[in-house]
Amino acid sequence: MAQYGIFVYQPAPADPMNLPAEYEKALETYPAQVAETGAEPVTGFAFQPSTTATSVRGDEISDGTFHPAKEVLAGFFVIEAPDLDVAVKVAKLNPATRHGGGVEIRPLFTPPEE
Amino acid sequence: MSVGDNAATAVERAVTDAHRREWAFVLAATARVAGDLDLAEECVQDAYLAALDAWARDGIPRKPGAWLTTTAKRKALDVLRREQVFRAKMPLLVEPDEVAMDEPDDDAIPDDRLRLIFTCCHPALARQAQVALTLRLVCGVGTGDIAKAFLVSEPTMAARVTRAKKKISAARIPYRVPDAGELPERLDAVLTVIHLLYTTGHTAASGADLVRADVVGHALNLTRMLMALMPDEPEVRGLLALLLLTDARRATRTDARGRLLRLEDQDRSAWDRAAIEEGRDLVADAFRTGRVGRYALQAAIAALHATADSYAATDWRRILRLYDDLLKVWPSPVVALNRAVAVSMVHGPQAALDEIEALRQDGRLNGYHYLPAVHADLLRRLDRPEEAAVAYRAALSLADNEAEREFLAARLAEVLDPAS
Repeated sequence: MAQYGIFVYQPAPADPMNLPAEYEKALETYPAQVAETGAEPVTGFAFQPSTTATSVRGDEISDGTFHPAKEVLAGFFVIEAPDLDVAVKVAKLNPATRHGGGVEIRPLFTPPEE
Repeated sequence: MSVGDNAATAVERAVTDAHRREWAFVLAATARVAGDLDLAEECVQDAYLAALDAWARDGIPRKPGAWLTTTAKRKALDVLRREQVFRAKMPLLVEPDEVAMDEPDDDAIPDDRLRLIFTCCHPALARQAQVALTLRLVCGVGTGDIAKAFLVSEPTMAARVTRAKKKISAARIPYRVPDAGELPERLDAVLTVIHLLYTTGHTAASGADLVRADVVGHALNLTRMLMALMPDEPEVRGLLALLLLTDARRATRTDARGRLLRLEDQDRSAWDRAAIEEGRDLVADAFRTGRVGRYALQAAIAALHATADSYAATDWRRILRLYDDLLKVWPSPVVALNRAVAVSMVHGPQAALDEIEALRQDGRLNGYHYLPAVHADLLRRLDRPEEAAVAYRAALSLADNEAEREFLAARLAEVLDPAS
């Protein structure tokens, strides 16, 4: 098993209190669908809307997300899965993929054993 | 020449032959043990080197592929034991207990070539990386030659291959054949990669050199291998048919001076009859399954062209019907453009102009020289030389293949001065 970060992107400002009704409904069934793939959730978080983001680059502090974009990070979770194909299945089931957003999958880094 | 020299040559020939025929089989089996494509490749290369000495000493084995596989697997296990990273390297492994090292019967070595192909063509890898990995790992082509075929520097290609291998291992792209639900989509990616290999070799950007001819050969061999491994997939048959039928006309694509010839100007008597026959039979096989996809449909169109007595005597009505079907399974603007040519042959150039206008509005083909080239040809046939000249100039500004540029320039000169 390996761990993957699943990053959920939604159209800005990705307000969790203002999701389409269909999206809300899909989120209710999502955990059960994930379990069916053979992946296990490890942890997960959702963010306040991107209008609340603050970015720091060098000494400069600015209002907004680090990369200005039409889609912004709405939240992320970590799963344990046997391989990338299972992680992709989990990602495809995420409602963000059907609501103008999408999902990025990144394997978590574990330092090589000495 | 002494007897020893002869024996040495025979061994070298046997090793070269085994490289050509068995590379994919040996690497695929070794990757299962190594759990890492880089390590597997290294061990397989070592095994081929070891074969030169061992076969000279002990004679050429009855089954060179099995000898190489056992040797490469043993090397991989040695390395893993030495590094004691067996646990850490496990991800690619299928199941440790599936790894039978001392197989008493050589025939028991499982054929893992499908796993290898599907891993190289995994959708999580960029298309360029899929193509490079397939040539490198499945066909055993050196990075230098791959770089030459794709007109990039060797360090660039090496970096591309390394990055892809690292992603396979870090993201745990699985080493397995996709299950039935995913298979159609995943197989399509494999066929796309092979087709891309073929077209890269077939339409050389500058001149036809040896490396690119080799790439055409690799694409054909890969498709034959895939057909042997997946005999029930009509689209694999369709792709082989398409490649054979296209390749049958290779010698007549350009004239003696390398100038591009239109299909209607090609010497049909010089087409490779055997390849056309085989291609046509494969198309028929694919259609009998009732599950035809875009490759079988394209092959069916190519077969009608290849078996027609002349361009004018081609069964354009059937070709148009096939394009209608093709557009349904593959709604691509390039297909729509080719369909427009068939429309012009069935319903006349004016009807086709409407289709071209729609494609120009669509905008997706704006950088593609073939759109203004077809447009120009229709205008020429409608006897509208000034407009045709404008379209030929537009096509010229987009074409980068020398043979195609020369062809377009000649057509432009014709419409500007019909007497010439």
